[in-house]
Order: sequence, then C-alpha cells, then structure tokens
Amino acid sequence: MADYSNKLYQQLEQETGIQTGYIRTGSIFLAQTQDRLISLKRINSRLNVIGIPSEIISPKKVAELHPLLNVHDLVGAMHVPEDAVVSSADVALALASAASQNGVQIYDRTSVLHVMVKKGQVTGVETDKGQIECQYFVNCAGQWAYELGLSNEEPVSIPLHACEHFYLLTRPLETPLQSNTPTVVDADGRIYIRNWQGGILSGGFEKNPKPIFTEGKNQLEIQNLQEDWDHFEPLLSSLLRRMPELDTLEIMKLVNCPETFTPDMRCILGESPLVQGYFVLAGMNSAGISFGGGAGRYLAEWMVHGYPSENIWELDLKRFGALQSSRTFLRHRVMEVMPLLYDLKVPRWDFQTGRQLRTSPLYDRLDAQGARWMEKHGFERPKYFVPPDKDLLALEQSKTFYKPDWFDIVESEVKCCKEAVCVIDMSSFTKFEITSTGDQALEVLQYLFSNDLDVPVGHIVHTGMLNEGGGYENDCSIARLSKRSFFMISPTDQQVHCWAWLKKHMPEDSNLLLEDVTWKYTALNLIGPRAVDVLSELSYAPMTPDHFPSLFCKEMSVGYANGIRVMSMTHTGEPGFMLYIPIEYALHVYNEVMSVGQKYGIRNAGYYALRSLRIEKFFAFWGQDLNTLTTPLECGRESRVKLEKGMDFMGRDALLQQKQNGVYKRLTMFILDDHDTDLDLWPWWGEPIYRNGQYAGKTTSSAYSYTLERHVCLGFVHNFSEDTGEEQVVTADFINRGEYEIDIAGHRFQAKAKLYPVTSLFTHKRRKDEVELSDLHGK
Amino acid sequence: MCVCPGPRRIGIPVGSSGLPLFSDAMPAPAQLFFPLLRNCELSRIYGTACYCHHKHLCCPPLYLPQSRLRYSPHPVYATFCRPKESWWQYTQGRRYASTPQKFYLTPPQVNSILKANEYSFKVPEFDGKNVSSVLGFDSNQLPANAPIEDRRSAATCLQTRGMLLGVFDGHAGCACSQAVSERLFYYIAVSLLPHETLLEIENAVESGRALLPILQWHKHPNDYFSKEASKLYFNSLRTYWQELIDLNTGESTDIDVKEALINAFKRLDNDISLEAQVGDPNSFLNYLVLRVAFSGATACVAHVDGVDLHVANTGDSRAMLGVQEEDGSWSAVTLSNDHNAQNERELERLKLEHPKNEAKSVVKQDRLLGLLMPFRAFGDVKFKWSIDLQKRVIESGPDQLNDNEYTKFIPPNYYTPPYLTAEPEVTYHRLRPQDKFLVLATDGLWETMHRQDVVRIVGEYLTGMHHQQPIAVGGYKVTLGQMHGLLTERRAKMSSVFEDQNAATHLIRHAVGNNEFGTVDHERLSKMLSLPEELARMYRDDITIIVVQFNSHVVGAYQNQE
Repeated sequence: MADYSNKLYQQLEQETGIQTGYIRTGSIFLAQTQDRLISLKRINSRLNVIGIPSEIISPKKVAELHPLLNVHDLVGAMHVPEDAVVSSADVALALASAASQNGVQIYDRTSVLHVMVKKGQVTGVETDKGQIECQYFVNCAGQWAYELGLSNEEPVSIPLHACEHFYLLTRPLETPLQSNTPTVVDADGRIYIRNWQGGILSGGFEKNPKPIFTEGKNQLEIQNLQEDWDHFEPLLSSLLRRMPELDTLEIMKLVNCPETFTPDMRCILGESPLVQGYFVLAGMNSAGISFGGGAGRYLAEWMVHGYPSENIWELDLKRFGALQSSRTFLRHRVMEVMPLLYDLKVPRWDFQTGRQLRTSPLYDRLDAQGARWMEKHGFERPKYFVPPDKDLLALEQSKTFYKPDWFDIVESEVKCCKEAVCVIDMSSFTKFEITSTGDQALEVLQYLFSNDLDVPVGHIVHTGMLNEGGGYENDCSIARLSKRSFFMISPTDQQVHCWAWLKKHMPEDSNLLLEDVTWKYTALNLIGPRAVDVLSELSYAPMTPDHFPSLFCKEMSVGYANGIRVMSMTHTGEPGFMLYIPIEYALHVYNEVMSVGQKYGIRNAGYYALRSLRIEKFFAFWGQDLNTLTTPLECGRESRVKLEKGMDFMGRDALLQQKQNGVYKRLTMFILDDHDTDLDLWPWWGEPIYRNGQYAGKTTSSAYSYTLERHVCLGFVHNFSEDTGEEQVVTADFINRGEYEIDIAGHRFQAKAKLYPVTSLFTHKRRKDEVELSDLHGK
Repeated sequence: MCVCPGPRRIGIPVGSSGLPLFSDAMPAPAQLFFPLLRNCELSRIYGTACYCHHKHLCCPPLYLPQSRLRYSPHPVYATFCRPKESWWQYTQGRRYASTPQKFYLTPPQVNSILKANEYSFKVPEFDGKNVSSVLGFDSNQLPANAPIEDRRSAATCLQTRGMLLGVFDGHAGCACSQAVSERLFYYIAVSLLPHETLLEIENAVESGRALLPILQWHKHPNDYFSKEASKLYFNSLRTYWQELIDLNTGESTDIDVKEALINAFKRLDNDISLEAQVGDPNSFLNYLVLRVAFSGATACVAHVDGVDLHVANTGDSRAMLGVQEEDGSWSAVTLSNDHNAQNERELERLKLEHPKNEAKSVVKQDRLLGLLMPFRAFGDVKFKWSIDLQKRVIESGPDQLNDNEYTKFIPPNYYTPPYLTAEPEVTYHRLRPQDKFLVLATDGLWETMHRQDVVRIVGEYLTGMHHQQPIAVGGYKVTLGQMHGLLTERRAKMSSVFEDQNAATHLIRHAVGNNEFGTVDHERLSKMLSLPEELARMYRDDITIIVVQFNSHVVGAYQNQE
C-alpha cells in the first residue's frame, strides 16, 4: 500500500500542478539491538522481492548517509533509498483538486448528522445543510469515525480510539539540513526524525500514551490540546542521544496532534456487515499518509468491482465485531497499541490489554492447571500448559526470533496427542446452525458451498464457502444434523464476516433460520489414539470405526450429560473426537473426561500443539494460508469441490475455468533441511520462497514438526516468467522439479517441497525398544 | 516522647566520644529489623543481613511490647538473643573486625522500612447519595523508640455521621497511648449519640441482644487492640453512657460536637485514673491499668462531618490544614495549639491554676515541674494524683511497679496537684473547597519540618504532576539542550513522588531524608534509617502521620446548598 502511495504522490504533482512537497529522501531504520536488526532483515527480504530496493547497512554507512547521527550504539540499519517525504496538507489539497477536476463536488464546512439507510442499504446522507442522496457512503472521519458510525439508526461499529501524539519542530540549523537528508526511524529510541525547512521534525511513539476523546468529541479536550514537555521528555532525550549536535538548536514548537489507533495496529477498511454501501476507511495508526494512497485504491476497487484486487482480510472491518467496540476496551487497548508501533514485533505476540473478555466455562479450571492464554476475536484460548515444576521467562525476556522457551512443553503435549490422548478447549470456534422447514437450508447451502452437502444425516463435510472468483470466503466443516438442519463450524474470527456473507446471500424466507450458537457450546477436542477408549468408557457406546466412522457426527451421552454432539474429527488429521457440549455440562464432561482419561495418560494441551500437528499434516487454515483470492484447486483440495454435484454453486464457473486453464499458484508444504532448530532463526510467515534461485512466492505459516523434527512451512509457489515477470501456470511437475530455498531474515535455507503430507506421519508407532519406565507415569 | 531524668531530643550527639554515627563502621542496626519483623519479611531480611554482616551484630534485640509478644508469638524470636553489651561496646568490638564494611540500605530496603506501617483508606463511593466530604486518608508511622510509643486511630461513626481520626504520642512507655488509641473514639462516639440510641444500646446489653455497632475501624494490621482489657474497658464505657442516659433531661436534642469531644477526653482520662486506683483482681490487668495510668499520652483528634471539622487537641501533636490558593500554591492553616512552654496562653493558664508562689516552679526549663514537655496529657497520674494517693497505689501495687524508680519518684515542687489535665482545646473549622487536606501528626514530624513545607510537599504529592505548572516555549528562545536539562530536573523531582503510594510515607521520606536543599537525599535517608535503636531516638522522635483528603466537589456542593 505504501508503495502505491509513493507512486501516487510522485505523479500527483505532475497531474495537478500542485506542490505536494514530494522529495525523495530515502529513509534509514536504525537498529540498536541484534533483535531489531533481525526484524529489519526480515523486512528487507520482503521489500526486495516485491521490487522495492532496500539494503542492510553498517553503522559506518549510516554515518555517511546522515551527517548528524550518532552511530556508536548501533548494530546496523536498513536503508530504503526510494522513500519520500511529502507535506500532508499539500497532498490533501492536490488530491482534492484532482478530484474536483474530474467532477467531484466537495462541500466545505458541512457536517454529517447521520447516514440514511433503507432496507439495509445506504440511501443518502443527512447533513446540517440538507440531504444528499447517494448509493455509497465512505466513513473517513478519522478519530470521529467511531461516533459517526454509532450515529446511525443501526449502528456501524468501527473500533478505534485516539491518542495524543507529539512532534517537535525546530528552527533551521546553522547550516540548514539538505532537503534530501534521509528520514531516520530509531524504533529502539521510539522516535522518527526528518528534515523540516532546514530544521528537523521529530516525534515518536512513547511507552505511556495519553488516550483522548474516550467520551467522544469533546470541545474542552480539543481546546486543551497543549504541548506537554514533561511527557515528551523521554523522546527528547532519545533525540539528543541520536543527534547530540542538536543540543544548541532552537525549538520552534511542540505540536500535539491526536492520532487514531485500532485494536490490532492495522487500519480499518471495507464495507459494513450490516449496511450495504456503507464503507469505512479509518484508523490509520499514524500512517495515514504512507498507506492512504494504497488504501484508497483498494477501497475504490472494492466499491467498483465488489472486491479489492489484493487479499486484505487483515484490514477488513469485518474482522471486528461489536464486541471490540467498548470504549473502555478501546482506551486500554490503544494504550498498548501505540507503543507497539515501535516495539520489536516478534512471532506469537499476544496483546496484554483488553483480555478475558470471552472465556470458556472451563477457563478457571484450565488456568489453575497452568494454561497460558492467547486471544482471538476476544476469546481466550490456551496456548500450552506450563507444568507446575516449570518456569517460563517473563514477558519481555520471552520475546525472541529463535527457539522459544515453551518448546519442550509443546513437545510433550504433541507427543501425548500422538501416543495417548489430549484435550484442547476449542470453544472459540464460530458455530452456526441453519435450519428450515423444508429443503431451503440444503438448497442455499448447496449454492453457497462447493462440496456436496446432500449427504446422509450424521455426516460431516469439509467445504469452502467460495466467492464468484472461486476464492475462499470461509473454510468450514458442516455436519448434517437432520434432513433440514446443519451445524457449521468456522474459524473464530469468521463470526462477523461469515454471518454477513450468509445473510447477504440467503433469500428472505421466514422458514429458513440462521442462528449463531457459538456461545451455546463448549468445544473439547480429544486428540489421540486413546480418545476412543476414553469416550467409549464414558458413554458405554461402541466407538470403533465400524460404529463411528471418520467424519461422523452423533448426539450421545458422555458421563451423566446427554445430548453431547460428538464428531469424529480433530482439525489436525490425528484420530480423535470433537465434543460440542451445551455449556452447562461443560465442567461435568471435562471433569469426567479427565478422570477417566487418567489411566490413558490424558493431559491438557493448547493451540500451539494443535498448530504443530495441523501444519505438519499440511492442513491449511483460513485467515492464514487461505483467503478470498485462493481457490480450492490452488491448495490441492479438488476432493472438496464437487463440480458435478448436480447444481450450480458460487464460484463454480471460475473453478471450471481454472480447472481447464490450470492454476497460477499452488499451496506447497516445505520441510526445512539444513535448519538448526536450536541456533537458527525460526521461520514465521511471509518469508520469501526461492525456486532454483528465483523468487517464487511467500510462506503463509510455519510450525515445528516434532514428528519430522524439522520446521514445516506452508506457502504459495508461483511461476513468474523469467523474461516478463508474468505469472504462468503452475503444475505439480513444476513444483516437484524445483530446488527450493526459504529466506529467513536474509539467510536462505534449503527446503523440500511437498504437495501432499508425509505419509509416515499417519502410521506413527512407537518402537518397542523406546518404551521406558517414565511412560508409566500419569501425566 | 519521654520524661526526665536525662536529656531528650538532642539534635547532635553530645560529648566528644566520637559517636561513630556517620563513620564507616556502622553496625547492622537493630532498628532496621523491627518494622520488618512485623511485616513477616523476617527470613528474607535476616538472610540478607547475615550475608553481609557479622552474625553477632545482626541479632535484633527482643523488646517487643509484652502485649505484642502475647499476640504474635513467633518461633523465630526465640532464637534471637538480646545482646548484653550496649551499642557502644559492640561498635568498639566492631573495630577489630578484619574487613570493615560500609553499610548502606538499598532503595528497596529503605522503602520496605518506610512502607512497613503505611495504610490507606478510601471512602467507598455511594450512588450519589450521602457522599462523604472525605475522600480517604493515608497514614503511616516510623518508630524511633523501641517499641514505638506513638499510636494512631481512624474510624467512621456508624450511628452518627462523621469520621474520626487521631494521632497519639505516648511517653514513659506506650501503655497509655495504646489505651487511648483503643478507647477514646468510643467515648467520643458515645458522647455524640442521641438519647434514643444510647437507650437502645443499653437495653440491648441488658437483654443480651446484639449491640448496634458504633464504630467502623480502619486499622493497619500492626494497630492492635488489647483483648484482655476489652471487658474492663467496655464496663467503664457502659458506666459512662448510663450516666449520660441518666443525665438526659429530655430537652436538648442537639448535640454539640465541641462539648462532646471535651467530655469524652475528660471522661476517658478520669476512667484511666479510676481504674488504676481501684485495681483489678486479675494481676495482668492490674499491672496494665497501672502502667496505663503512670505513662502518658497526648492526643490530637479530628472529627469530620460534612463541612464541619472539629479538632480536639491535648498536648503537642498538631493538625494542619492544606489550603490551595487560587494560583495553585499551597498554604498551611494551623488548626490546633501546642500545649507546651512555647504557648504563652498555656503558661498563663498554669500560673493561674496554681498559687503565686509556685509561679517559678510550675514550669522550669520549659517543662512542667521541670520534667514534662507537654502541658496537657492523658494518664501521667504522677502529675495529677496527690502524693498520698500515689504512694498508696504504688505500695499496694505489684512488685514490678515498686521496683520501678520512675514511678516511685515524686516530681519536685509538687504542692497543689493536679498539674496536668487531659482537657482538649477544640477548634472548629468550616471546610471550604480550597481546603484540600488535613495533616495530623505527632511532634516527631513538626520538629523536623516546617508546617509550610509539610503542606507544600503533601499538596504537590496529592495533586501530582498535573498541577505542576506545565512548561511552554511560547516565543522564547529555548534550545533543545536547555529544554532537556530542565525536563530532566523536573523528572528527578517527581520521581521521588512516584515511589510512594501513600502521602504519609512520602512525608516521612522527606522528614527523615531531606538535605539542606529540601530534596530527599538517599544516603541521608539510608543512614537515618539504619541507626541502631539506642541512637535513633537521639536523632529523631517517633513520627506518626495521617493525611486526610477532602472531596472538594462535595464540600463545594454543601456551600452551594446554602
């Protein structure tokens, strides 16, 4: 996005003749620590493959690029020579005049009272100077976007919150700075520095931000926006440390200019799930100018074509729901987000504020047993369980790009899943029920999903919910509970998006009922070869494959509790069962499972173990590996698409065409070969993939496979033409015949590419001579 | 506070004996352990101390008060022995040590000493109803005597409105201040109760029903109440309210707070005196009531009810109101008068109360009869009873009393007792929105700090950084370097504030650690806190502080109602 903004601003001046202050200065990102340097190297690798020149440079080179910088405490830096600076007001003016030239009318000094909506569709805007009819409305109200969203009759929740942001302007230096002096970002010092009319402009993202306008637009607070030098002191110290010669430079002023932040540090873009035609672009997290151009383009594409040209699920308004709209939550969260902008971004970072909002009824039980938690869509999920005799590092110390401190803990959980049985609380998954009086439910699902759902009652179908382009809008499992009712399980963060998608495409029919039952069920995943023993002991029902085949769903009793939905799947490819338990039975069932399971060596496990198991089995996950621009054919899921199921379904045409033409990218599993788990940097996601030395794509997720004792990465392989860079068809042969390398922070590791999971994983058996006495201990 | 013989409150060590106070060879101070022991941090601190010191130096002597020992017996205490030598001997012994070590307390150690007794109370918020004019209070004490002779109390009146807060400075032991801290608020609360409530309580006692609670105490865990004397105290209190019931003529229903406070003080002192004269069949209690009566205590008590603030003072503790002027600066308004030789009116009173020929002997060397510094106090029956009565009680009393030289000693020029009274002087103040807080403190604070400084430090602490004048560049020529220097200075000033969560602790930090520039000097603080108990008393007195914060909004609302 920033790249497009850069090009846009560059052209803007020529197009409109208005000065934008565009100067190509380049920028230098400093690293005071090795970890920061690793993080810069990772970014550097990614920039290079998308064609933005950048390089990692030594402190000495930094001193050459910028005369005033103190480089004694630096370990390195990243130089991006094509970065530019602009004047934000001038850019806005230039854009406005360009728009006017093309017939856009701009009403100055006019305030929007509310947006008019009829039948869930935007019809116009009510302003203080009258009504304006329109089809589309874009809420770009910045820090007031939240309030404007709420002013609707049916409120649109746009979770963002403002913080005061300070930057310093100085008078010119004695020998004024060259206008092309590079911009400096010293993230470890929490500051940025650029030249400004011969002097400097410097601001930063302090550790203790001051949230503002929590109660909404407040005249008093706006008037009281003052310079707060005491607050700026740490940043000033940092500035003088970086540029000691500025000591005698005269201050012009300290500007207090509130910036808007979102709960996850990413901007908010897209259409409201509730009101059609109501678009949002807000919450730029202090990067409005650099991302604004690109974000604007995606939004325009979205409005014109119905979808943007890139996958931007991570920015989609629908990743949030009303649950992130509490003012208290936002106030606390942005206080964490703002400093995070310049904090070191390490893998597996969890937000610390705004937690424990949604929890399973077992939360306290699991917490007492050492659970460590992560959060998804407000829901607490266990990562892993720290045994009582083990201590983990404190939060700050645990930040690493290398092997994390929980490695051994997850290993024992994985091992237990492979050899005995583990229980994972997976209640966060989004659960919908679709029922109808007649065949409406089946009909609409058959149209919206690519797999054949007309299966016998009790069967579970893995299927994608595709868009017109054949891309995944959602990847879910659907169980047919009865002839006319279906139970649908989707990823946690699909709660808003999937609901909106279904609502949009379902016919208005009072006999067709869609219900969100996420909160009604606690989900326990019993993974492992002994899960079957535990369940049969608790239900007195035969659980052998003959009676309970794979991908099957049955209501049965577990312990004293009746009506538990048991499904023979685990989301990992391991044997086992998912139990969907009405929440009031959750504690009982959990206790029963744990006590009966004891003799089978049962233990708690968390999502990290699940993730390792899933990825080593090549199970792609929506939101990480799959998105709206990937089709089932591109990830080897032909079997989950029934092109000839006897009726048309969404995306069928696109898939048919793709089947004929071949795919242009292919999800591939990579097993890192010469990677030392203990000493080398771990893969995360977004690492460039090289095929025969040529850039071929990026990884989407990775995990350590304890079974293979190797790192496994998933990622898409493209076939870029060597001459034109154009995308070409990717065949299985093309994949298999390549030599692959994965670039982790500038270091390339050899990798084996696989299109199908390693078969030996499915027939894992412990060798007799490996058994030892400790295996007899209860876990 | 203590009574003669011997000099007290000496600012600088006397003589040329070269007290090694600030010499490098400072022994591990026993004083250090006292507050820490109470906090059950014993093992940690003991471990640390042993690590860096010779073991014989770090045995904390065993002189916890008897009652404390009874209530919190700790097996570890038994392993400690009281060193027979005086500090003098063992500092001398220290010189033979092969590796002289410098002993300083680290900032966390200093903090754990300073914070050992801190307590905070916030008045719970109600739903807009009956909102209190008191936001809450912070209190703390730092011992110099071992055991500490100061006491503090705080309680909310449950049957009437208002909150009671008091500091009590004991002398000649802590028995009297302890008793007053337990009992006085009950006497005040009872004095304030309307007739019907008194009757209801009396009837409840008579018929064995549950009693109405009178006080809600706000106590630090170290603030203890005597269990043994509880029954005795209750009986005395009941006699008092029975008399109040009998005296009631049924006419006046308005209770005058000032009168109630005076009556309560006088009545309690009277009961202390009577209990000692009558004695108790239980030998422990008998000894206790005698110790209470023969020791003494001053009291400074505040009663806050809405905008009505009454301060009743007996002795030389002080109540100081912190007022914030319109320009944000702080000024101090004294709400009590010290009853000592510096108070002309008190000198006058004493001279008037005794025959002319005693005019020269009643106050000598600024002390009552040449002995006692405060001119009003609880207990101290040596200054109240006739010589006959004193002798009779001592002779019939337990042996411990007879063996005590001090109790047997009759003050010189003792002709027309009583010379001492517990009657308080009551000051009334109507709270205004600019009255932000009240500091109640024993003389240990006031003799080290000027009232103006006390109010400023608390004021700045309570309002925090926000009310520090913000810096604005506003057209002046300021360089980045100059601004940086200025900001660093300001931050250093504020950092000591952030260390404390309690205004009283913050004040003690200043009282003990202030250098000549008025800023807290850690080295000085560390030295002062690591004084051995025998020396500590020569450099400072027990300090007890309560800082009550007022709710300006509520106070302002009261004003507007009228």
